[in-house]
Amino acid sequence: MNKIRGSIIGLGKMGLSHAAIVGAHPAVEFAAVCDTSSMILDGFKKYTKVHTYSDYKKMIDNEKLDFTVIATPTKYHYPMVKYAFDNNVNVFCEKPFTLLSSEGQELVEIAASKWLVNQVGYHNHFIGTFRELKRLLQENVIGELVHFSGEAYGPVVTMEKGSTWRSKPEEGGGCLFDYASHVINLIQEIIGRPEQVNGALLKSIYSKGVEDAVYSLLTLESGLTGTLLVNWSDETYRKMSTSLSLQGKKGKIICDATEIKIYLKEPNQKEKLEKGWTIKYITEFALPVNFELRGEEYSAQIDYFVDNIISKKNGSLNTFSQGLYTDKVIEMIIEKAKKN
Amino acid sequence: MDKVLFGDNQFFAVNHASDEKSRAQAIRFKDDSAIIGVLDQAIDLGLNTFMCTTHDRIANICDHMRSNPGRYKDFNIFPCMPYAHKYANAVTELGIMGTIKQYVPGNIFGTFAKGGMAFLSNDFSKLMQILIDAEMKMFKGINTPVIFIQNVLVDLILGLGMFEVFKEYDEYIRKKYDAEPGYITMNMPMLLDALEGLGIKNPIICTSINKIGFRMAGGNEIYEKYLQEREFRPIAMQVLAAGALRPKEAIEYLGKFPKIESVLFGASSKGHIKETQELIHQYLK
Repeated sequence: MNKIRGSIIGLGKMGLSHAAIVGAHPAVEFAAVCDTSSMILDGFKKYTKVHTYSDYKKMIDNEKLDFTVIATPTKYHYPMVKYAFDNNVNVFCEKPFTLLSSEGQELVEIAASKWLVNQVGYHNHFIGTFRELKRLLQENVIGELVHFSGEAYGPVVTMEKGSTWRSKPEEGGGCLFDYASHVINLIQEIIGRPEQVNGALLKSIYSKGVEDAVYSLLTLESGLTGTLLVNWSDETYRKMSTSLSLQGKKGKIICDATEIKIYLKEPNQKEKLEKGWTIKYITEFALPVNFELRGEEYSAQIDYFVDNIISKKNGSLNTFSQGLYTDKVIEMIIEKAKKN
Repeated sequence: MDKVLFGDNQFFAVNHASDEKSRAQAIRFKDDSAIIGVLDQAIDLGLNTFMCTTHDRIANICDHMRSNPGRYKDFNIFPCMPYAHKYANAVTELGIMGTIKQYVPGNIFGTFAKGGMAFLSNDFSKLMQILIDAEMKMFKGINTPVIFIQNVLVDLILGLGMFEVFKEYDEYIRKKYDAEPGYITMNMPMLLDALEGLGIKNPIICTSINKIGFRMAGGNEIYEKYLQEREFRPIAMQVLAAGALRPKEAIEYLGKFPKIESVLFGASSKGHIKETQELIHQYLK
């Protein structure tokens, strides 16, 4: 089988991680990388045969690529994705998708008109426990839903410091774009689309200029209401921890990347769930992968993207159009917070 | 290597099956004395090797060992570097250059990072050596016969295909520390192929081995084939698959592979340490 040719634009933490996963993928020829740091490119020159570029346009012009992974700061996504699409290159783009939903809208339309595979890097969708949560909700195990809570906490900014790109709101550097976007996307995928923002607080704790915490009340298109609670200045967490909790008339489910805790008022025979608490672990649901780096979800999302390119399918998970809707909810939260 | 290696995940709130349990561990091991207490129990039960990350708090444990040479003089530590979250959180906030500037001691790097001049090939090896030395500082005066690179870094280098880095690491650890280099990985078959390709024979590889295939990329079948047919010194980790397996069935499975030299596990109570230790001695001949 002919391998498909892939490349990475932006070799930061996520870009390097994607590069390793792409490099280890048996169906991909890892053709080229692009970054502005000469040191990183020198590293690739010294230790690999991958072609290196500091100009993404040159890379796309020269390399006859089937796909590119874009892992640059969000403000660069729009021109880079557009250039790739103009050259018929499929795109995996890191989250959040774009800073302006009008730009995102244009990219969604180009992808559709050219039949190009498009995916955004919301990796939580490839964690087995969250998939199981979605299935349990579709099976209606906790009955009519009455409340949800989407939460994420972690230790990114834990003291006052000078500025990096992350401290500029116009570049998408705050907790809302970086952390809360994951939760908003997960709510959208698993529970339903948020349609209305009833209240929003964006709080700075240590950062200057951007928020470190996001608290919001949301209404979904089904009419269900719930809370979004996100804080990246919480050092009681060792790393980012994301969870969804749902309260239904017949019980409750709390789900994170490692476990699902289900409480039922009455047993559910079809699902073999007892009355009271049942706890299930990721060991039961982890997706099988051929290469693992930092968790199977990162490989699983690239596997899915590559499979869609090879089989010429447009996937249904983490499409640009879903990423765009997440951007719209982010805009709604910013609007609401301004009114406070 | 000892047959039983005592790990440190339980001390630093690393629990692959439950964030809630992980918080309970963070509370229990808030003070270094609680860690030392459990280590002493393990030593009293006959365990002689502690395999640990280069977490800041391990420096305090090392201080304690140096001040009590009578008790710890025959005790071994297998350091595993780097403590990845320290760097990962820093990279999220400061970027790769910012992180290197923060963690590389001295100023040899400052001029380059600002000036953007070409980075010489040799400088990469030098940078790696400086980072290793910085991480190893806390173990001065303590026996460290095997020194590991953590899986995040091993698997990153592996995926990127930068195999020569392993060779440089291997040579430096042998030369500077007179120790055996070790590798932790979630991708054992791919790593072993890469190391053999470099001429690194019979390497020490610490990797997940459990009968449900948890965190074993590629699946059980290829792992079992390599464990039966290939030449390397395996250390089994994640043997309980984050708690999904009972200790007896988990260790019994390891007994099928005589090549496994050691088992790495962590526990917080004397009862659990003793139970696991006895099972390992029973099934791994």
